[in-house]
Amino acid sequence: MSRSHRSVIPGFGLSLGLTLTYLSLIVLLPLSAAFIKTLGMSWDDFWTAVASPRVVASYRISFLASLAAASVNCVFGLIVAWVLVRYPFPGRRIVDALVGLPFALPTAVAGIALTALYAPNGWIGALAAPYGVKIAFTEIGIFIALTFIGLPFVVRTLQPIIEELEPEFEEASASLGANRWQTLRRVIFPQLVPALLTGFAMAFARALGEYGSVVFISGNMPMRTEITPLLIITKLEQYDYAGATAIAVVMLGASFLMLLVINLLQKWSRRHHTV
Amino acid sequence: MASAVSSLSRSAGPAARPLATRDAPWLRYLLTAVALGFLALFLVLPLVAVFAEAFRRGVGAYFAALNDPDGLHALKLTLLTAGLAVPANLVFGVAAAWCIAKFTFPGKSLLITLIDLPFAVSPVISGLIYVLLFGAQGWYGHYLDAEHPWLPGLQAWLIEQDFKIIFAVPGIVLATTFVTFPFIARELIPLMQTQGNDEEYAAITLGANGWQTFWKVTLPNIKWGLFYGVILCNARAMGEFGAVSVVSGHIRGETNTLPLHVEILYNEYQFVGAFAAASILALLALVTLVLKSLVEWAHARRHAASAAAN
Amino acid sequence: MSVLARNLTKTFGAYTALADVSLEIPTGKLVALLGPSGSGKTTLLRIIAGLEFADPGSGRIDFHGADVTDVPAGKRGVGFVFQHYALFKHMTVAENIAFGLTVRPRRERPDRAAIDARVKELLKLIQLEDLGARYPAQLSGGQRQRIALARALAVQPKVLLLDEPFGALDARVRKELRRWLRHFQREIGVTTLFVTHDQEEALELADEVIVMNNAKIEQVGTPQEVYDRPASPFVIEFLGNVNRFATKANPLPGAGSDVLYVRPHDVDILRDYHGEHGVRVRVQHVFSAGNTGRVALVRADNGDSIDAELSRVRLAELNLLAGDEAWVVFRHIRLFPAGGFTERDVATEDATPAIADPGQGI
Repeated sequence: MSRSHRSVIPGFGLSLGLTLTYLSLIVLLPLSAAFIKTLGMSWDDFWTAVASPRVVASYRISFLASLAAASVNCVFGLIVAWVLVRYPFPGRRIVDALVGLPFALPTAVAGIALTALYAPNGWIGALAAPYGVKIAFTEIGIFIALTFIGLPFVVRTLQPIIEELEPEFEEASASLGANRWQTLRRVIFPQLVPALLTGFAMAFARALGEYGSVVFISGNMPMRTEITPLLIITKLEQYDYAGATAIAVVMLGASFLMLLVINLLQKWSRRHHTV
Repeated sequence: MASAVSSLSRSAGPAARPLATRDAPWLRYLLTAVALGFLALFLVLPLVAVFAEAFRRGVGAYFAALNDPDGLHALKLTLLTAGLAVPANLVFGVAAAWCIAKFTFPGKSLLITLIDLPFAVSPVISGLIYVLLFGAQGWYGHYLDAEHPWLPGLQAWLIEQDFKIIFAVPGIVLATTFVTFPFIARELIPLMQTQGNDEEYAAITLGANGWQTFWKVTLPNIKWGLFYGVILCNARAMGEFGAVSVVSGHIRGETNTLPLHVEILYNEYQFVGAFAAASILALLALVTLVLKSLVEWAHARRHAASAAAN
Repeated sequence: MSVLARNLTKTFGAYTALADVSLEIPTGKLVALLGPSGSGKTTLLRIIAGLEFADPGSGRIDFHGADVTDVPAGKRGVGFVFQHYALFKHMTVAENIAFGLTVRPRRERPDRAAIDARVKELLKLIQLEDLGARYPAQLSGGQRQRIALARALAVQPKVLLLDEPFGALDARVRKELRRWLRHFQREIGVTTLFVTHDQEEALELADEVIVMNNAKIEQVGTPQEVYDRPASPFVIEFLGNVNRFATKANPLPGAGSDVLYVRPHDVDILRDYHGEHGVRVRVQHVFSAGNTGRVALVRADNGDSIDAELSRVRLAELNLLAGDEAWVVFRHIRLFPAGGFTERDVATEDATPAIADPGQGI
């Protein structure tokens, strides 16, 4: 190492070497395997694998249910975050801790618990059944599972931003004659938009790939309630590795796109926040 | 994506608020009711349902269901998996945070993005990529079948041992490691970045060597963040379902982890058994939340104490 | 010489932090490294400490005659006090002070009792005997500062280096601690180099001041030397207030317009003046609060402002009011020819004709 790059703190070579080796072995090499596998496919095979009606139907349901769940989480996540930061009430800390449950609870457990609740004979399913509404084993079931999974993303992204809102803005707004609603809508909400969008994108990205909590409640009917990750597993079970990998590559593309969007949103959010 | 997962930097909570930032009581009650109602419906009720279903046939049936050799084996495998994946990611996380926080080098932000990558990948795909590498149809399978392999001795040994990766324990550990890869690094990197290098410099000018600086100065400063990351990483490692499901092959008493065991029992309509096993995992989740909150509160209190001292 | 640094150059990409800098620090002296932010003073301090390295192939550093250029920071025998102290938050005050001794290899490490005794001795030296069991978070800024100093001294350094030692303290504590450090350094006699951007601090505290600007050393000298005989316009402008005039009339050999400096306390105000060297002025504002009286003046002929500083007694005698007309004469003038910056002290007890002549348009 040349003297200009010499650093007083030791361990650069060791730590970077270890990091790069481990990253390559555990993440980069396996991920590249998916892309290399699809390179071996002809364009027609690839297109058939990723654009057959059943696969397209799975994209549709995954996309729409994720979108709906992330949107609902934006509304309720905003309310939950606001209440947790701004309104002291007994048990607030416990509720705050509980918001992290979807991160901590294994998805399979969430899946069977939600199914038990929303099945026609479950606590909630039984309430809806007399009106002819089926929740579990329909698109609504998928939506519910994805809402469960995505909630903490929105709340945890918003909480620190709401905490750091300077009271001066609200005081200035009030002193200029704005009523509380005008202050909330025109002074506070715009400051939360970047974080809200970030939370939305995270919840959406997570929902797209979610598997464990959905398989039990979705009913898994091809063309109707079969999500894309499940279709990958189905193909694998039929030893259609190429088909499974092709769909996986499409999903990876979507994931990386979301990662890019999230990074840009966070950059924007940070800039917005520091001004 | 991980910034939503990590929240050690959050402060303690609402203090007395200036008048102009207070909402009308009716709005406060309405919003609080909506928030609590939503959380009760989506978070509390499923949790309650797990235990209600587990105890549906009574306490006796519950413990009878738990006392199942396959279930116990699944629990052991789950502990083993977490016991391997978490320490591996811990060492990696510390190394990654050390080189990212303490040094400047080209490509650093790319490295940070790459570390985040597993968070963006669907669990099912996380399993799939290991099947592609190590499955019978994958590179590992080709290696075992090769007539003129690279390192023939290794090939012979692997065949003799019948060493399998996919549909076996190594695959489960690998897939779990992939899925939990970023947790600890993501917790430590921002923490070490905000702490700066001054204390390390001070230790070095006082004559401490690299290891002494790390053990005596850096580690005590990051121990809570480290613990926090380990808790989250462990919870995910023990609960991972999608990725493990793809690589495990669901062999009872051999390659079933606890979440997979839950699935099998559930699909066999052994609901009490399934929910009894699920209740163990739910308890684990609750312990995780409690520990996580304790760390956050301790951190917030320490933060407040040192802020007050200034 | 305790510290001898030669030809140090340090660049960060396109930015030059130090350009071929050399300096000497005499044994036992308290030396200030004074300059504005970005002048390279902290970089120089850190290179002397071994916390950074000069550009490859440049420079050499000797401590007490031994080359330490390639000796790592921990083996150089420097005590370094960081601007924000960098106390170890998780250790008590006593543990902080003992740290440098406890990390020594087992063979060289003093035994527990010796370490404890040394810590006690240092705590006594910094007058904080009772605080050994506290944590840094429980101390005031001034106390932390002294702990950081004790920690640096525990390893008996050959050279003590302080980076903006009073920068993070409020004005009152800063003054107190400054006096204490002066006294303390005299008592233990360790060669000390400290970085500051505060000229008052440097002039009051140091035996010798090194003035830095733009990656270079502008001047080295005792406080009196750098104040009274500044080597460059930068030094005179940086050290205290000064009136600055451009003069087209060039009384000295050399081309271009020259710059002329008069310290406010070298400006005398007269109600009446009949000599050749006076300048006609109008009083704009009188600041009579404070240790000395200050008067803001405007030249009658060209509107340039002039600040004057005089004793309160003199101010009372003059009884000036805003709008009054008066004369000023300069007791002491410093002139730097443009371009060359060769020093030429033109100061006299009376003002020189070329400058004081109002007709010449200074």
